Amino acid sequence: MNRFGLKILMISLLLLQSCWGDKGDPNFEYMPNMYESLSYEAYTENNLFADSLSARLPVKGTIPRGYSLYEYEDTNEGYDLAKIELNNPYELNEDDMLKAKELYTVYCGVCHGAKGAGQGILVKREKILGIPSYADIGRAITPGSTYHVIYYGKNTMGSYANQLNEKERWMVTSYVMKLKSDLSK
Amino acid sequence: MDSKVFSNKFSYKLFKKLTKLSSIKSYAFYFFFITSFISTSYAQDGDPVAGKALFNTNCASCHKLDRKMTGPALRYVEKRLSEDEGLDREWLYKWIRNSSSLIKSGDDYANRIYLEYNKAAMTAYPQLTNIDIDNILAYTAQDKAVPKPAVVAAQVAVGPSNSMGLTDEIILGVFTVLFLLLSIALVIVTTALKNLAKYKGVKIEKKKKGKPLWKSYLENQFLMFCTAVFFLLASAYEFYGWTMQVGVNQGYMPVQPIHYSHKIHSGDNKIDCNYCHSSARVSKHSGIPSLNICMNCHKSIYEYNGETTEEYTKEFYDAEIQKLYKAVGWDDEAQEYTGVTYPVKWVRIHNLPDFAYFNHSQHVNVAGIECQTCHGPVEEMEIMYQHSPLTMGWCINCHRETNVKVKDNEYYDRIHAELSKKYGVEELTAAQMGGLECGKCHY
Repeated sequence: MNRFGLKILMISLLLLQSCWGDKGDPNFEYMPNMYESLSYEAYTENNLFADSLSARLPVKGTIPRGYSLYEYEDTNEGYDLAKIELNNPYELNEDDMLKAKELYTVYCGVCHGAKGAGQGILVKREKILGIPSYADIGRAITPGSTYHVIYYGKNTMGSYANQLNEKERWMVTSYVMKLKSDLSK
Repeated sequence: MDSKVFSNKFSYKLFKKLTKLSSIKSYAFYFFFITSFISTSYAQDGDPVAGKALFNTNCASCHKLDRKMTGPALRYVEKRLSEDEGLDREWLYKWIRNSSSLIKSGDDYANRIYLEYNKAAMTAYPQLTNIDIDNILAYTAQDKAVPKPAVVAAQVAVGPSNSMGLTDEIILGVFTVLFLLLSIALVIVTTALKNLAKYKGVKIEKKKKGKPLWKSYLENQFLMFCTAVFFLLASAYEFYGWTMQVGVNQGYMPVQPIHYSHKIHSGDNKIDCNYCHSSARVSKHSGIPSLNICMNCHKSIYEYNGETTEEYTKEFYDAEIQKLYKAVGWDDEAQEYTGVTYPVKWVRIHNLPDFAYFNHSQHVNVAGIECQTCHGPVEEMEIMYQHSPLTMGWCINCHRETNVKVKDNEYYDRIHAELSKKYGVEELTAAQMGGLECGKCHY
């Protein structure tokens, strides 16, 4: 009967409509072989390696293009040496310093605070405590020591070498030194 | 026995003495008497409140009171040092002001503790006076506060939601009563009218039974034709709608291997998106952060202390942090990496088809678009989901509506000047700049 057929059509359409009910699984695709990349992408699984990661670290003993070698070791001696002799090899203009402020706000400001006095939001909310001021006498930070700590991290602070490239690290370093001199006034 | 009697006598005497003193004085004395027993006798001469502030600003980055961190746990440090190592406060003064010179001088314990903590050099604090250090030591000599029973907190948490339910119920109840009263009134009115009709002798006509409505509907050919057309059009519309949503994953919300709450991290703690997704500035991908970035903070933050709900309790969040520690190979007890790591298989939510090219840095860095424009209110998401449809129509719509950001970007200066003259507009949209060219995204 006409009506019976219509009923079936309606019900089947409703079922079709609710096909993607479970939002925990991805929806249907028309032509998966056009949607999914044949070549390995950064975050795809890869059976060639034991840890199944497609994203690889640089081979040991090599440096990626555009990177340079950092010669100071991650030890107290390396820190002391960098503190004394390491200096900014880049000449930074005003635009760079504006950019440095942005980078500082994103990566450092959460703990060290906008003024570098160690009063970032995580400190104010008592998530992380004991962030020192840049003007701390005992630490007496220099451009070299600041760069060294951004590169390797120190104690509770982690390394920021993978979030900031070499020039950006130096930009942030000089912004930190500016904050230090502002704090020491 | 003797000593007990003596102590009893002693306290009796003390009590007598106390009663002699004026009330305020006696309270003060009694307070001192109690606190001197609670805290150890090593730090009577410091202010623990001032000490706490000093501790939090200077020491807390590496030391906690009851937990090993970069440096040792510091509760009862003075007592421990004097009992175990025979070191006095003078030694602590020296160590805190300049630990490295103490190590160099060949001090036995200084060298031992330096090696025990993997040669983590303690920062020198020449600015701390003896009084400051006394205050800090007074703070470390305090006993651990007994945590308040959790029942109270639970009751408080349940309280407001319960009262909310109660008001809802009251409102519902009032409505039900009103409805009942209305229906009763209606029944009364109809019976009264019927009675009136009877009294006046008016006859109420009863309806005749004819053909049922559905039968006459079926027999009417015009109506059936209209119905058929309506259903055909409706089903065509439904079918079209269904085909259009194939491959669109708006609302996709997979379960992730670690329950990472964007709400807590970027909403409550206001951590910038770029902090973790740092490659969005400089590359095609907005990278999923590697676990060392989590550890930038979670080396210090080992438990959750924020708002909780029934579903997401403190225990739940703490267990998730433990999952992170396991994956990254962090031994929280020993405060060091074990070297045994497991990759976390995050489920990717935003997937563009392989035939469409998209570059994050062009949008984030050059155009200066907020992440939320495409990803929605991520800072409110307890569980991350896909906010936008990510369809071609959606991309193009935005390119048509959004003006190109030319400020501080010399790269666009000339082409912007010439194109805006050509189109006769002041500001170009991304589409007018070539943002609709097929080859921009499909090649």
